[in-house]
Parts: sequence; structure tokens; C-alpha cells
Amino acid sequence: MTAPGLAGQTAGAHGTAGPSDTGVYLYGVARGLDPAALGDTTGVAGAPVRGVAAAGLTALVSTVRLAEYGEAALRANLEDLEWLEATARAHHDVVDRAAHAAPTAPVRIATIYRDDARVAEVLTDEGGRFTEVLDLIAGRSEWGVKAYADPALLRGDTGQDATDPGGGLAPGAEPPTGPAPAHTPGDASPGGVGTAYLRRRQQERRRRADAGRRVGEQADAVHAELADHAVASRHHPPQDPRLSGRDGTQILNVAYLLDEEQVEGFLAVTRAAAEKLAGIEVEVTGPWPPYSFIEPGEV
Amino acid sequence: MSEISWTGQRSPSRSMAGERQGANLADLLERILDKGIVIVGDVRVNLLDIELLTIKLRLLVASVDRAKEMGIDWWEHDPSLSSKARQKEVDGQGDREQLEEENRRLRERLAALEAGADGAAERTGDGKESSS
Repeated sequence: MTAPGLAGQTAGAHGTAGPSDTGVYLYGVARGLDPAALGDTTGVAGAPVRGVAAAGLTALVSTVRLAEYGEAALRANLEDLEWLEATARAHHDVVDRAAHAAPTAPVRIATIYRDDARVAEVLTDEGGRFTEVLDLIAGRSEWGVKAYADPALLRGDTGQDATDPGGGLAPGAEPPTGPAPAHTPGDASPGGVGTAYLRRRQQERRRRADAGRRVGEQADAVHAELADHAVASRHHPPQDPRLSGRDGTQILNVAYLLDEEQVEGFLAVTRAAAEKLAGIEVEVTGPWPPYSFIEPGEV
Repeated sequence: MSEISWTGQRSPSRSMAGERQGANLADLLERILDKGIVIVGDVRVNLLDIELLTIKLRLLVASVDRAKEMGIDWWEHDPSLSSKARQKEVDGQGDREQLEEENRRLRERLAALEAGADGAAERTGDGKESSS
């Protein structure tokens, strides 16, 4: 790994053009950022991070080798989960560090320019759009809330043996009127046993559906309460359990945008919700840079 | 029984310097890959590619090691999932069409998988309705 050729602050539209085998990786755009806040943050591929200033904004960039971040290389690397994770984490570290110091709008991963001059040009051309986004997120942070339901809760188990015919557990379930279940073999005409079996299955299904509905209603109620304590919210698709690495069914995966003074109250609400709901685990992450509240739109 | 687990900082004003434990990959990717301002760079990245990647990752597993352990590397060899595998089949002709078709197939696959996951909470495994 050779050190990239460019370092330090580059200002304005006369940036040092790197050699043609390098490009400039853009992490995000900040307003009113003191470059000192970046400290010794390293970016993608371990490259140092610097600011490019234009139009009253600061672009956060690193010099990268096109051998790794050029068009063909990216196509292959994006499919390499290890590379992708390292790049995503570096991208996040830079945006996150800046977001703690000044309003920062992340750009999508793998946005790469020829040189600093091109970055400055983009800041000037897109200044209006960046400003609009920065106005929306200034002084705000994103918090993620995920809730997981214990599988037993979703099955509607109430601690009884699963083979229990269980009429009456589910609201509206009919009590069993057929022959008693299999441990009394005496009266078993095949049809009778079969009917009883089918009825039991039906009750189980109904119980599960009711349980699922109840859990869903609880999740909705938690979200409604949290949304009252936030500026905005965005639902993310439920995460594949293999990716989230969690047992339990994810019944809520929402990002909330909070004003700084809302944070404490919001967190208190999440704690109260978690205590109040048996069998549901609540996981809070944050503060995040407000990724989820930037409407992506193509230029 | 119920609990809150904290990851990340309690207070936005506190610096995260040196904090490496960081976010879990699923949380990170759903934000980094899919969100953020989209501007066209000088290096052309096909946004459809990124979109596909997002879909793929939603089908993926938490760590490469664990994936390999489980023998999950099918996306590397499946032409409908991997451009590397696809390159053997296509030589850039109708690339966008290819991607769109691929995208459509992946969405279907994802919908089926998600339906499967949701169903897991509701299905009994017999899958048949008993007529009463």
C-alpha cells in the first residue's frame, strides 16, 4: 500500500490533479465543518481524509487508486462482501465523525471523481440541493429502533403443552365438541378422530393468527408512540435474521429523526415500551448521521 | 424478559473517536448502500448494480466467514446474481436490459423469500386449509 499522493487541505477549484491512476472518493458534504474535527480519521483503503471547500460547503474526500475504485474494479469489488464491509465501515466512520461536528449529508457509497477540482465543481453545481438537505438535518440525529418478538409469543403459546386442544385460548375458538383426542382410543371412528384433528389444527392456526395480530398491534402502538417524539420516521424492511444475527422475529425496524432536545424523551419512551411488553425485545441504535432522511434522487 | 440493548453512543454530542465496535453490518448496509445523496461521479457506477446489490445483501448473511462455513457462496456462481458469473455469458450486449431482467428476477426471489419468512410466523407447515 503506497500512501496516496495528495494530503492536507485543498481549497477551491484549483485542486491538485492527481495522477491519472487515482481518483477522489467522496463521502459526504458538510457545512461549517472545522477540518480539525476530522482529526486523523482514515477513510476507505486506509487513506487520509481531507476537506475540499467550495460554495460555502466542505466535501469530505480521500484519494483512492483506480485499480481498486475504477469502474471495472468497483463492479467486482462491490460483490466481495469483505471488501464491501470494509468500505462501508470506512465510509460510515468518516461521515459519522463529521456529523458529530457539523451538519453532514452522506452521499451514496462509491461516488468517485477525477480530482479535487471536479469535486469543487460538483459542490458549486449541486450547492442548492446540498443546502436543502443540510437544512433538514442540521441539529438532528437518526436513531434506529428494532423490536424482536419471542417466537413462542407469535405461536400464541401460553405455556401449555402444544398438543393441548386448547379450545377457548383464542378468542372465538369453539370448544372441542368432537371425540376426545387420541389418548382415548375407544370411540375412534376414523372420521371422528380426523375431524377432531382437523379442528385442533384449525384452532392452532387461529391462535397463531391472533397472536401474530396482537404482536403486530403492539409493534404499531410502540411505533406510534415513538413517532410522537420524533421529527420524522422511515420504515426499513425487516432484516433477514441471518444478516441481523438475531433470534426472534423482527416486528419493527424503523429509523427516527430527532431534534437534539427530543433525544432524552425518546429514549425514555423506548425503555418504557421495552419494560411494558413481555416477550418483545427492543434494540435501539444511534445516534446515526441522518442517512435515512435524505431522499435519494438521481441527478 | 424484555430488554433494551444499546449500541452506539448515548449522547450525540459525544465524540465517537476510536469507537470501533460500531454498528452491526445489517444496520450499516441498509443505510450506506441504499441511502445517501445520489450524484453522478466521474467513475460510472451503474445504480441498477447498486440496487441489485442491496437486494442481494438482504438475502445475505452476517459474515463472510459464516457464509463460507455454511457454504453460501451461490451468488458468486449464479449468473442471475453475480456479474462475474454473468460476464461469462454476456459480453456487454443489452447490458441494461440484462440488469433490468435480473433485477426483476431478484425482486421475485426476494418477495418469495420474504413471504416465506413472514409465513414462518403463521404457517403450520401443513400448508393446507382444512375445509370445514
